[in-house]
Amino acid sequence: MAHLARLARIDLSDAELDHLAPQLAVIVESVAKVSEVADDDVPPTSHPLPVTNVFRDDIVVPGLTAEEALSGAPDVDRRRFSVPRILGEEQ
Amino acid sequence: MTPLSPADVTTMSASALADALVAGDVSSAEATGAYLDRIAAVDGAVHAFLHVDADGALATAAEVDRRRAAGADLHPLAGVPLAVKDVVATQGLPTTAGSRLLQGWVPPYDATIVARIRAAGLPVLGKTNMDEFAMGSSTEHSAYGPTHNPWDLDRIPGGSGGGSAAAVAAFEAPLAIGTDTGGSIRQPAAITGTVGVKPTYGGVSRYGLIALASSLDQAGPVTRTVLDAALLHELIGGHDRLDSTSINAPTPAVVAAAHRADVAGMRIGVVRELGGEGYQPGVRARFDEALALLTGAGAEVVEVSCPHFEYALAAYYLILPSEASSNLARFDAMRYGLRVWPEGKPEASAEDVMLATRAAGFGDEAKRRIILGTYALSSGYYDAYYGSAQKVRTLIARDFEQAFTHADVLVSPTAPTTAFRLGEKLDDPLAMYLNDIATIPANLAGVPGISLPSGLADEDGLPAGFQALAPATHDDRLYRVGATLEALLADRWGGPLLDRAPVLTGEVLA
Repeated sequence: MAHLARLARIDLSDAELDHLAPQLAVIVESVAKVSEVADDDVPPTSHPLPVTNVFRDDIVVPGLTAEEALSGAPDVDRRRFSVPRILGEEQ
Repeated sequence: MTPLSPADVTTMSASALADALVAGDVSSAEATGAYLDRIAAVDGAVHAFLHVDADGALATAAEVDRRRAAGADLHPLAGVPLAVKDVVATQGLPTTAGSRLLQGWVPPYDATIVARIRAAGLPVLGKTNMDEFAMGSSTEHSAYGPTHNPWDLDRIPGGSGGGSAAAVAAFEAPLAIGTDTGGSIRQPAAITGTVGVKPTYGGVSRYGLIALASSLDQAGPVTRTVLDAALLHELIGGHDRLDSTSINAPTPAVVAAAHRADVAGMRIGVVRELGGEGYQPGVRARFDEALALLTGAGAEVVEVSCPHFEYALAAYYLILPSEASSNLARFDAMRYGLRVWPEGKPEASAEDVMLATRAAGFGDEAKRRIILGTYALSSGYYDAYYGSAQKVRTLIARDFEQAFTHADVLVSPTAPTTAFRLGEKLDDPLAMYLNDIATIPANLAGVPGISLPSGLADEDGLPAGFQALAPATHDDRLYRVGATLEALLADRWGGPLLDRAPVLTGEVLA
C-alpha cells in the first residue's frame, strides 16, 4: 500500500494508511469478480465509440497567450513556469 | 395581466420563462435578479453553489435585454439563467472540481459547452458543488462541505452533481449543467425529484471538462422538466473539432421528441437484473406504477435480461480508477493548482513537492481511487484487473445490443434507494458505490439515459427516479418516454412533484 501510494505520488501518513488499506482490500476483493466472465475469446473494449484516427487540417489556430498559460502557475519567473529542482543530488 | 412575481419567475420552467422573455412579460435582468435573490435566501441552507457570479450574470442579462429590444435574432433560451457544475472550465470564473487542489483556479479558457451557452446569451449564475473530481454519489466528498437535499436538509442530494440537482430542485436555477461518468447526472436527479439526461457518449463535447474517466465522462442537462432538458441538450450538443471523441453528426431531434410525447407502439424493456433485491419497496412501487401508466398510453412492456450487468459495478470500479489515476497525474504542482512544499525541506525536489501537494490536495475518496487505479494498472496485475474489466465492458455492450433487439428503450429505477442521511455511508465505500448500480451500465456502453421523478416513496416521503436508456445516438427516444410519463404523472399528482417539496428556510412567500 505504501509502495502504491508512492507510485501514485501521494505521500500518505501512517494514520491514512491504516484508514485506507482495509477499505481498499474490501474493494479489490469485490472487483476481482470481473475475472469470472473474462474469457480468452472476449475482446476488450477500451472505448464506447468505434472512432479511430481523427484528423484536422494542419492550419494554425489561436491558442493561449503566455500570460494566459501562466495565469494559474504556482510560481513564475521571467515568463516561465518556475519549478522545484528536477534532479536529485546524486544525479 | 398581473406582472410576474419573483416567485412566479423562479418556479416556472425554463421553457415557460423563455416564452415570457420573448413575450416581454419579464426581462432577463428581472429573472436573473429573482434567481440571485433566491440563491441569497436559501443557499446558506442548501449549499448548492461554490461560487456565485452576480455581476457577470446580470451583465449578460442586460446585454440580452438590450439586444432583444433592438430586435436581434436571439437563441430561444437567450436570457434564461443557468448554473454550471464546477468540473467545467469557465473563463474568468473559479473552477475547482470540488477539490482543494484547484482552490482559486481561474481557467484561461471556456469549455466548448460554456462557449455555446455564452454565445446563446444564457447568464451564468455560478458554479455548483460536487464530489471532488466527480468521485462520489453524495456530494459529501467535496472539499468545500456537502450540499443538502432540498427535500430534507439532513440528507444527501446524490452525487457527484448534487449541487446542480439541488440548485434546480431548490429553484435557485431553472437549468444546470451536469456531468455523468457513472450516474452523476441521473442519480442526483432521482434523489432530488428533478430531471437529468446523460447523452450518448460523444454527443456533447468534453473539451474543457476536467477529466475523470475519459471513456465514460459525458456532460448533459439538469432541469425540472423533460422539455427543458431537451432544449438545453440541443444547445450544448453536436460536433466539436476540439474533442476527438465527438460524434460528427447532428444532435438527435430531442426537442421535437419532447413535444411529441408519445409512446404508442413503443416497446419498453424492463431489465430483470435492475430492480430486484436491494431496491427500496417505495422505489419499486413508484416504478411499477410508471410502467402501468406507460402501458395505458399504448406502450408494450416486455422483460429483457442483461446477464452481465451484475459485473458492471466491478468493471466500473476498475476502469474508472485506472483512467482517473492517469488523468489526475496532471495535478503535479507545476503549472497550475496547489503547490505544497514538504515541511522542513527547502531544497525539496519536484517529486517531493508533488508527493506533498497531492497528499494535502486530494481528499480520501480521490486517494482511494487513484491508488486503486495505480494498483489495477501495475505490472503483474494489469491482465487480471484492468484487462478483465475491459472484457466485461464488451459483454455489457453485447447485453445492450441483444436487449435492444427486443425493446426500443430499457427502463429501471434510477437508484435503488431514496436519499440517505449525510454521513451515513461516508466511510463505507462499497455501500456508497451501490447507489450507481443501475446507472453505470449505460456509461460502460456509451448509451444515453434519462432520469425523471416517479413520485415519493411511501416509507419516507422522498423522491424516487425512473430511468430510461436508449441505443447510442437515439437520445430522442428518452425524451418521448420521459415527456409522456411526466405528463401522465403530473396529471395524476395535479402538478409537478416539486410542488410538494418542503418550504425552505429563508423562503419569501409571494
